[in-house]
Amino acid sequence: MEHTGAPRTGGALEGTRTQPLVRLCGITKRYPGVIANDAIDLELHSREIHCLLGENGAGKTTLMRILAGLAKPDAGSLVFEGRPVLFRSPGEALAAGVGMVHQHPTLVPTFTVLENLLLVGGRRCAGEPWRDRGSRSRGLLGRGFRLPRKEAETAFGELAQRLGAPVDPHAVVGRLPLGQQQWVEILRALWTGPRLLILDEPTARLAPQEAAALLASLRSLKDGGTAVVLITHKLREALQVADRITVLRAGRVAGVIGPERLDAVRASGAEEPALLESEIVGLMFGERGVSAEELELAGAGRARSRSTTGRAPAPALPPTPVVLSVRDLTVAPRRQEVGLHSVSFSLRAGEIFGIAGVDGNGQKELAEALAGERPVRRGSIVLDGRDVTKAGVAARYELGLRFVTDDRLGQGLIPSLPVSLNLMLKRIGRPPWWSRTGRLSRTALLREAERLIQAFEIKTPNPEATAGALSGGNLQRLILARELADRPRVVVYLRPTQGLDARTALAVRRRIEEMAAQGVAAAVISTDLDELLSVCGRIGVLYRGHLLEVVENDGPGVEYKIGGLMVGAPMGGRLAAGADLDGDGASEELHNRERAANHELTSQPDEPTSQGDESTPRLG
Amino acid sequence: MNGAVSDSAAGASPAPAWSKPRRGLAAVRVLIRITVPVMAGLILGAVILALLGRNPWTFYSDLFRAGLISHQGWQAMLTRLAPLLLMSAGYVVAFRAGLWNIGGDGQFLLAAAFVAGLSPTLVAGLPRPLALLLLGLLGMAVGGVWTLLPSYLKAWFGVNEIITTVMMSFIGMNLAALLIKEAWRTESVMVPQTDAVPLDQLLPRLGGTTIHAGIIVAGVVVLAVWYVLRYTATGLRLTVLGASPAAARHAGLPVRRLIVGAFFASGALVGLGAALEILGVWGYMRADWNPKFGLALFALVFLARLDPLGAAPLATFYAVLDIGGHEAARTASLDSDFILVLVGLILLCLAAWQVLRLPAGERLTWWRCLGDRLRLRDTP
Repeated sequence: MEHTGAPRTGGALEGTRTQPLVRLCGITKRYPGVIANDAIDLELHSREIHCLLGENGAGKTTLMRILAGLAKPDAGSLVFEGRPVLFRSPGEALAAGVGMVHQHPTLVPTFTVLENLLLVGGRRCAGEPWRDRGSRSRGLLGRGFRLPRKEAETAFGELAQRLGAPVDPHAVVGRLPLGQQQWVEILRALWTGPRLLILDEPTARLAPQEAAALLASLRSLKDGGTAVVLITHKLREALQVADRITVLRAGRVAGVIGPERLDAVRASGAEEPALLESEIVGLMFGERGVSAEELELAGAGRARSRSTTGRAPAPALPPTPVVLSVRDLTVAPRRQEVGLHSVSFSLRAGEIFGIAGVDGNGQKELAEALAGERPVRRGSIVLDGRDVTKAGVAARYELGLRFVTDDRLGQGLIPSLPVSLNLMLKRIGRPPWWSRTGRLSRTALLREAERLIQAFEIKTPNPEATAGALSGGNLQRLILARELADRPRVVVYLRPTQGLDARTALAVRRRIEEMAAQGVAAAVISTDLDELLSVCGRIGVLYRGHLLEVVENDGPGVEYKIGGLMVGAPMGGRLAAGADLDGDGASEELHNRERAANHELTSQPDEPTSQGDESTPRLG
Repeated sequence: MNGAVSDSAAGASPAPAWSKPRRGLAAVRVLIRITVPVMAGLILGAVILALLGRNPWTFYSDLFRAGLISHQGWQAMLTRLAPLLLMSAGYVVAFRAGLWNIGGDGQFLLAAAFVAGLSPTLVAGLPRPLALLLLGLLGMAVGGVWTLLPSYLKAWFGVNEIITTVMMSFIGMNLAALLIKEAWRTESVMVPQTDAVPLDQLLPRLGGTTIHAGIIVAGVVVLAVWYVLRYTATGLRLTVLGASPAAARHAGLPVRRLIVGAFFASGALVGLGAALEILGVWGYMRADWNPKFGLALFALVFLARLDPLGAAPLATFYAVLDIGGHEAARTASLDSDFILVLVGLILLCLAAWQVLRLPAGERLTWWRCLGDRLRLRDTP
């Protein structure tokens, strides 16, 4: 197994270090249609914080789930302290000393903090050897009938104090603020005193100072002898605490940066960190020359974005009229969401506007607010000169505002209904398919269905087959047929090629471009930067519900700039001038602190860039 | 109507989500799905009868004779069937939209109380057809109104309708009794009940039988509900909402209005059933009257997979058990509660069969599907 083009900076000194705690050899995991992990080698050492970086879908979480006994690898082996192991369940991994903090909450919301910890089992006594612990059942919980609350409370006090985690053990978890819940997740993972602690984006839901506290306690854990794996999207975080960084891309190791390099960078002056950052961003998003077949398949789209680096910008042509204009769009966050904060942009006829960003930064909120599925707290959406902010989904569909959702089976379609009816879901009750009395005309319905099936090349045995029987690509064609039928004006695509194979993905991109050529404006919201670079004229970045800088996709280096913005790295461009990231003064202060932290790290002057787009929010 | 029938015969049906492409085979499957567990339930009942020292054969033959075969039996059964059909149609409408209307008994009794309480005045003051029409509409209105609070809470705040309809059902049942005791109590007898209207001033009998015209009304309404659910835009909207609230929102359906509308229609159908029962069978209502059609019927309708026509045979079967069972229990000197035991056993077998007949991999899915339906959904 070789790491194609991966700089193995830290390789030289590895031999002199102690034996790794865990060694993953050639781990491969396939899911239908995707290879999540492709022969990954990884070594995790005690007294080290190992950061895993990579795009969504790069395989970070899958790899760690395998290590935590939640998934079984298709190939490859796991060596724990020199002994080959196979974790068949999370319990076994836990017994061996692997603790994991998941990306999504896994606590019982109606239990107290202490009860949640007791569910895991007992707190391991200091000095109790690991191998003698056969299983979880020997924890405090399993020792007898009685719940050892008193003992657990004492143990909890010690642990919380050591970590500096201000958590009340008797608080009901569901009533705690999200930041505190995150602490409970971490405390629970540490409850059994693991030798390897895996954290999957633990700071995503924390406020900046909480995140800083967490990172500090990770350092002290590391000094106590624990091996820590930190999965993160935030480059700055990784550079702050990592002893070793592994970058994954498309299920493979794209590069490893060893402790020597990181130490050197942290010790050095101004230039080095920025250099390393751009190197890492390059590894994460960069030259995807890894698989020749993929290149060949997706050839046209990719090749163009790479060779001519970006599309020819529009200015040569006379500007087309503005079709959609979004001003100051603000959406209240729901649970586990960031909401939208004063997002403004406009789309011209025939334009393809890209919206990049790491998943969970407001993509769904933006798409649904545009489609009319979510109440808007503030701001306006103007379509063809008409204010549609108050209009419902059906009215917006009628006016030509369409939404291609990424949740195809859950939201976009009804798997148990036939293809023909799914094609008409947004036109129920309209003539000529339904009579004035509301009776369905089966012949009219079938005629329309056949037309769309043919035009969009949906492969289905017949129009009456249930939609659930179609393949992923055909489901997307079905949704495209429905949304692009009948004179669309603006189409919002949410992750349009998510989960599709390369060939279908390419066809979908073609379709987007075709529609644009006919004068349909498109907003493509995607987490796949390559995709955006290959189809979009301008690209904005969503970060924590804010639309940061809008970048012209016009030359080399655009991907680095956008990639940097996506991970909140200070290198690409600063937060838009004057934009108050959380919409109020108090959090402005937090962000000043955050910026100060950036400043410290990179030693670069922290000035807002003077360059700004007309559609960048300006509040100050 | 003819077009509709030929449409469905020509090929796969447009509306119902669960229709299979091969209709002939599907019909056999449905038949097996229903008869096998029903037989199993009857056999279990026979075991209990034998343990109690009764002859199961005599009991069952008494049951079917009294409930179906004898001259008096089938007439009584069809009379009983009218409210049952309407009630099951009401449940189906709610089910189709993914809603659980568990409060049928409360809606039924409250509507019955209003109809019984106001019928003496209306019948005395108005021509008979008009009075009957108004009383029918009154029953529908009361039943429908009694669902408004649960449906409002559900549509706007996502409050679980199972809890709220059950609570409203308790309130409705007791409010009905209270109204009879306080507002409409007759002075002619000691027990609390409403003034009785002679039955010959109410719903007409069908040529020479004891069956009242309500069964015709019920049949027509059930067919209408079936037609609406299957062939109209409204039916499709309800089906979409029931299949996936997220998809309904995505498709731009007026989710809140649909929830309130489906609930109202459900309650109104139950209320109409109550009106027919009072106007066709009793002519008055006693404060402690409660036929308890709701829960047993509810489970049967759920097992009929939410189709109004599919629910009809099950409602008929329940009517046979209900009518014939009491007769058979009396002959065998058993308490009539044994009928409920029998119904419970049959329901248990029907439910178990649903799970057991699935391949192993899908068993979980069935329960998950049930779980999904039970889940508290977020506010649309």
